Amino acid sequence: MKKQKQKPTESFSAKTAGVLKVDNKDAHLVLAHMYVAFIALLLGATAGLLQVLVRSGYFELPAPLGYYQILTIHGVLLALVFTTFFILGFQTAAVSRTSGALSDTQRILGWIGFWLMTIGTIMATIMILLNEASVLYTFYAPLKAHWIFYLGLALLIIGSWVDLMGHCLRWEQWRKENPRKTTPLISFMAVCNSLLWVVATLGVAIEVVFLLLPWSFGLVERVDVLLTRTLFWYFGHALVYFWLLPAYMVWYCVIPKIIGGKIFSDGLARLSFIMFILFSIPVGIHHQLTDPGIDSPSKYIQVVLTMMVVIPSMITAFSMFATFEMRGRELGATGLFGWLKKLPWGDARFLAPFVGMVAFVPGGAGGIINASFQMNQVVHNTIWVTGHFHLTLATTAVLTFFGASYWLIPHLTGRIFTPSLNRLGIIQTICWAVGMLFLAIGMHFEGLLGAPRRSAFSNYGGAEIAETWASYQIAQAIGGTFLFIGIIIFLYICVSLWWFTPKGEQEFPIAELAPQAEKTPPILENFKVWIVILAALILIAYTFPIYNIIENSPIGSKGFKLW
Amino acid sequence: MHLHKYEKYWLIFGGASLIVFLLITGIMAFHYGSHPPSSIKTINYEKVDEIAPFNNPGVHRVSGKDWDYEVVLVASAFYYNPAELHVPKGSKVKFIITSKDVIHGFEVAGTNVNMMAEPGYISEYTTTVDKAGDYLIVCNEYCGVGHAQMHSMLKVVD
Ligand code: HEM
Ligand SMILES: [Cu+2]
Ligand SMILES: [Cu+2]
Repeated sequence: MKKQKQKPTESFSAKTAGVLKVDNKDAHLVLAHMYVAFIALLLGATAGLLQVLVRSGYFELPAPLGYYQILTIHGVLLALVFTTFFILGFQTAAVSRTSGALSDTQRILGWIGFWLMTIGTIMATIMILLNEASVLYTFYAPLKAHWIFYLGLALLIIGSWVDLMGHCLRWEQWRKENPRKTTPLISFMAVCNSLLWVVATLGVAIEVVFLLLPWSFGLVERVDVLLTRTLFWYFGHALVYFWLLPAYMVWYCVIPKIIGGKIFSDGLARLSFIMFILFSIPVGIHHQLTDPGIDSPSKYIQVVLTMMVVIPSMITAFSMFATFEMRGRELGATGLFGWLKKLPWGDARFLAPFVGMVAFVPGGAGGIINASFQMNQVVHNTIWVTGHFHLTLATTAVLTFFGASYWLIPHLTGRIFTPSLNRLGIIQTICWAVGMLFLAIGMHFEGLLGAPRRSAFSNYGGAEIAETWASYQIAQAIGGTFLFIGIIIFLYICVSLWWFTPKGEQEFPIAELAPQAEKTPPILENFKVWIVILAALILIAYTFPIYNIIENSPIGSKGFKLW
Repeated sequence: MHLHKYEKYWLIFGGASLIVFLLITGIMAFHYGSHPPSSIKTINYEKVDEIAPFNNPGVHRVSGKDWDYEVVLVASAFYYNPAELHVPKGSKVKFIITSKDVIHGFEVAGTNVNMMAEPGYISEYTTTVDKAGDYLIVCNEYCGVGHAQMHSMLKVVD
């Protein structure tokens, strides 16, 4: 085991034995990820602000910028770049903290992946800025972007595989060194999320590398539109769980420590992660419920599989509240909800993720509506959907990431999260919550009135119904302004933590398992079993529709550049 | 692995509502025929103007079918052909649409008539229009610079 410079300040536990600090060299790797993530966040948020202003009807973009160009920046940099960099950096830190420092080879894999992803991101971003790729982050064919854009995306995906191999191999090494022991929980979760990501990105990698790249390069003339779309969504839904699971890692493993409590159940936590892997991939067709070319029974099968995530979600909710209640009662809380008062509301490391959890209640309910087969037609491609994922992604996941940054960045830079920055963190969280109330609620209601998503300001030829949308767009502009201020506050905090706050040791909080928790069944760590089940589910869900799409395919499409 | 008593109740409650919910959607679909639009007919998108029924877009009265009217619509960047449609209130209408270029949307705003129009595929949806009024049709899938200007009007008349 690595020798450590600093004195351990926590007591050792059997479960998370050993290293308590992210190794110094690993810290550089993680910080490099955060660096790119936060630049993407700033650019993406600026685009977001411009979008809400344009959609209010009172603002026009300066000459060379187009609305859909800005929207492509927003989607690509926030949904694909910010998230992927932050998550892979976070997972590397979590594994290094709980399984031990990466070996040189493992760390080099991390760096190679990081640079591939960074080069890919730069390529894609430049093409968008040159207005050669205003195809939005879903890049549906037959809109055809410049081949450099697709090549950039391919590098981003392939780079992410190399990157995550680094920390996954570290987990594997821990397992070899500690036979018959349960692996550190958060490391195990990082590996779960990586597995989910690799299996999911296979779809989009095939789409980009084998279909879109040769087509945009001029090697082939036509492309199968429905096939590319289906491959995209095979990836696209699992993508949302790739965003969410790191937030759950923080909830399960970090939050209990921050509130001074313990992990409620190790086995249930692992079980829920396994279920998320199983039920997040064979379900992508729920994004294509109104597509032609896919038969209704195939759609229904995927709707059923989609709904299964209700179970691990409920396990997670139960574990969270059980942890909160256990801790509150330990501190002397009485009555049914007395424990609520005992939670550390003044700690931004707790408050930000907590607000994220709260946002997941309406967020999750909205998701069930979206995936409800016939009901989907009421909301499909309306701005309701955008409201939905600003709750789940841009609030639940993102606020949890913000809360995690408050301890992770200073932990890595050897500084401390000061009380004055903590106050700013609280203000940031409130700013975000208020902004989302306006933005997300505005979007949900406007969507129910039929307003389409991905649309610049328009009065639709003076149609009456379009007039009812205007006031909601103003509300979104107000909310969006709050959110933009929130991003600036967040980035100010990060810059301070990176370079300016006093030197010191900020803890990377990892909770211990509650003493009354039961032993974890070893089957949960047997990935071979789960991979076989996953493959079976994917085959059940996708064989028939993909076979049909290929078998019945009409003449392929040539490319269009309509922007 | 042993579950806490309350957790058992919680999960049984969750599992049971899940089953009820899926049964309802399943019965709605496979017993009452309320499917999302899932036509699997294909077409050569480059020859749409020559192929029936798209060589004659508009509202057509039909007989001997399960529906009274066929609304045939062609989507292309950035308009629908025809730009205005009239159908009598209370009639059963089948919307038949396709695209001549990229992916478009077809949404009758404020209703559940909502489907994708994809090059090479024909999208169909049958419904009864039982409320008179002017209904805005919007394109709800990004199709290029003119996307937010792409609309049409469905007039349901008495
Ligand atoms: C400054 C804060 C933000 C503002 C003002 C904002 C605003 C918006 C608006 C108005 C749209 C819809 C535009 C349209 O459909 O025409 C949108 C779309 C979107 N936003 Fe945000 N947003 C913000 C932050 C975020 C964050 C933090 C994320 C994720 C990490 C995010 C992810 C997305 C995604 C994925 C889309 C969909 C893009 C598409 O449809 O192609 N947003 N945002
Ligand atoms: Cu989904
Ligand atoms: Cu459009």
